[in-house]
Amino acid sequence: MAAKVIDKKDLLTSIDYEHLPKTGVFDTPIDFRPGTWCYPAKPEILEKLHFPNPRVWSPADVDWKLPENWKEIVHNGFKERLEKYRSFKVFLDICVRCGACADKCHYYIGSGDPKNMPVLRAELLRSIYRNDFTMAGKILGKLNGARVMEEDVLKEWFLYFYQCSECRRCSLYCPYGIDTAEITMMARELLQLVGVNINWIMEPVSNCNRTGNHLGIQPHAFKEIVEFMCDDIEEYTGVRVNPPLNEKGHEVLFVTPSGDAFADPGIYTFMGYLLLFHHIGLDYTLSTYASEGGNFGLFTNSDTMQKLNGKMYAEANRLGAKWILGGECGHMWRVVNQYMDTMNGYMQGPQMTVPRNPITGTVFNNAAATKMVHIAEFTADLIKHGKLKLNPSRNDHIKTTYHDSCNPARGMGLLEEPRYVLKNVCNNFYEMPPQTIREQTFCCAGGSGLNNDEFMEMRMRGGLPRGNALRYVVDKHGVNNMACVCAIDRATLIPLADYWAPGVKISGLHELVANALEMEGQNEREYNLRGEAFADLMEEAE
Amino acid sequence: MNAFYTLFLVLALMLIAIFGVGAAHLNGLFGVWLPYAAAAVFIGGFCWRVYKWATIPVPFRIPTTAGQQKSFDWIESNPIDNPSTTRGTWLRMMGEVFLFRTLFRNTQTKLYYEPGQEPKVAYFSQKWLWLFAIMFHYSFLIIVVRHLRFFTDPVPFLVNVTEQLDGIVQMFQPNFYMTDAMIVLGVGYLFIRRLTRAQIRYLSLAADFFPLFLILGIALSGIYMRYIDRVDVATIKQLTMGLATFHPVVPEGIAMSFYVHLFLVCALLFYFPFSKLMHMGGIFLSPTRNMANNNRFVHHENPWNPRIPPHSYAAYEDDFREPMAEAGLPLDKPLEQGAGE
Repeated sequence: MAAKVIDKKDLLTSIDYEHLPKTGVFDTPIDFRPGTWCYPAKPEILEKLHFPNPRVWSPADVDWKLPENWKEIVHNGFKERLEKYRSFKVFLDICVRCGACADKCHYYIGSGDPKNMPVLRAELLRSIYRNDFTMAGKILGKLNGARVMEEDVLKEWFLYFYQCSECRRCSLYCPYGIDTAEITMMARELLQLVGVNINWIMEPVSNCNRTGNHLGIQPHAFKEIVEFMCDDIEEYTGVRVNPPLNEKGHEVLFVTPSGDAFADPGIYTFMGYLLLFHHIGLDYTLSTYASEGGNFGLFTNSDTMQKLNGKMYAEANRLGAKWILGGECGHMWRVVNQYMDTMNGYMQGPQMTVPRNPITGTVFNNAAATKMVHIAEFTADLIKHGKLKLNPSRNDHIKTTYHDSCNPARGMGLLEEPRYVLKNVCNNFYEMPPQTIREQTFCCAGGSGLNNDEFMEMRMRGGLPRGNALRYVVDKHGVNNMACVCAIDRATLIPLADYWAPGVKISGLHELVANALEMEGQNEREYNLRGEAFADLMEEAE
Repeated sequence: MNAFYTLFLVLALMLIAIFGVGAAHLNGLFGVWLPYAAAAVFIGGFCWRVYKWATIPVPFRIPTTAGQQKSFDWIESNPIDNPSTTRGTWLRMMGEVFLFRTLFRNTQTKLYYEPGQEPKVAYFSQKWLWLFAIMFHYSFLIIVVRHLRFFTDPVPFLVNVTEQLDGIVQMFQPNFYMTDAMIVLGVGYLFIRRLTRAQIRYLSLAADFFPLFLILGIALSGIYMRYIDRVDVATIKQLTMGLATFHPVVPEGIAMSFYVHLFLVCALLFYFPFSKLMHMGGIFLSPTRNMANNNRFVHHENPWNPRIPPHSYAAYEDDFREPMAEAGLPLDKPLEQGAGE
């Protein structure tokens, strides 16, 4: 991966906001250079999912092997979605191209490519809409910004709708609330209809469907992984935790993204959850069947999103859980907060009740419909009620900042809860500049299924605003850690930080919580959950 | 180029009015029938567009949350930017419609170079667009309200008050209206901005310049009528009252500049329902702004919600029963029974 990444100097000198192409938006040739697109889905994956047009192809090819009647399929799919989604139609109709969104997109900021301005990204679709579905477009044609659907248009859609991470930062600044994420979702659904999609999304979807998680970890292997983590916890803390798996009759079902069970540093966050639950004696179970909160169906189409999401309620019912606790994940919480109850609320069994924290007695009324609570809410409530024995000085070698993930920030509003937890477990906390945090936060540039290695150039470009803000607090306060509550962040922010702000570690929130927890029966606590000696870390920090 | 095309188009429209009335003497067409047709197309078209939007379902509740959610009593939530109630949603909407709050948030991103260092991504406050946009929209509204005096007799109190306030700066004779200057200033900025800022110029279409020129043409022709041509208002009111009471009359002696002004207004009304100007109606129907973020505690119904069951646990266990048994994971069907199938 590292070998192919664009040189930082080249990247920076290539950005020019003032000098735009001499050719117009629709006359500028599209550039499929490696690093700016993701590999297409493998045919066997699409076959397993019964998705259309499985085949071997590459975006770099001239012939994309589209079905013969692809134009008709796309046109009909377009029409169907205009009738199903008010957002889609209204957003296509009312943009005045004021340009307020233009310089708000991280991919635009890092590339200067005008088609990465949200307004023009939408125009790629809107031009076809005008031609096919509006009278003014039909009559005035090109003068009104309309164009006829061609294979090059479809290729352009693929390139630019997979250069959007659906982070919704543009929608925050749009005076009409036009949300490019909606436009991108619709465009990706249309591309799906003719078999134009990416493997990094479709393979996790397929895995998630059959094995219960993105990585295709089978149940016995999942159990082994959890046991390894318990061994590590015991080695570093002296405490043996025994998390139940697939057990019936527990009050809470805990679901987190599978990245936490597999990838470094997500596993430390997972270990953090286990220690926390042990600390408070929570009556919970994990599930191998519903071992994934993240939902790449959101990046595929609404049906797939619904199908994958339904597992959580199905498993809660089967195991008799009263409510669901959800781990640190970004788009999982977009789905849970904005879609889950609408799509799958009907699946909830009669045993499910409004979540109530059994330790503090707090009733989570804000989760009365979904019956699903965010772990940051849960832990914040525990700390507020003094139910955790914390020793934040154990984290004194850490100077941390906090990265708001796009989805919990702009698709939910989870801003204070994680900060409250963080401030209680870390004595040194510094915010990045206000234009880059909370609702104005910047994407890690790997969201919406773009967190793969072949897309690294665009990830580094899109990572510029976040990396820049991070470097600011590194220079100003000596920050050496960035905490986040998203599994994709935990994976993508590492190369981002290495590239733009070297020397900053990435951690989940509950990794830091667990390092600060005073566990009953613990050892001297000389090591953190990564197995690093606190003494060494302190020395390093000084 | 787009700017030139549309400028010529608006100039051509003015010429049509001049020839139509001056040479062809189609006063009845330009004074009565076109205005009626334009009003009908505007009202009918506007309602039709809004009706069409309103009949499309809103499958999901997708507000853009621009502040802290409502969770605990001890965490202060942002009831307007992340509304959880109808009241909050209303306030958010009113803030958008009357104050352009989102546009007020606007920033400009630049790369800021310091010698010998990597560039910094810098964010500058950018309120000019907000200022001129709000100036333009309110001027337009006040001008429309002022014009109601041509269609009412007696003139309503509020119209008179608006007119008096608008003319409170006592300059020139006839009395000078502030909004006349402000609308030209507002539209002028929106136009200049489209030309001078490289990014905005690049993304502008003919459909972005046309309404600006059209509105500018309307404003300037109105200003010309009032301050330079000093047209006879009484005869114009005869015509407009005729229109308003559906007893159309076309009095003699109405100045040409009035017909140009009126024709451009008709063109705007015709154009409106088919254009981006429908943002006036669309803003009320934008799901990221007009919905509360309460999906976790108030059910939202999707009228076309499919029922797509997940891959079932039973099928999952069938797939992995043996390794699960070996690993000691609990099973719904014991190994012997499952394997026997």
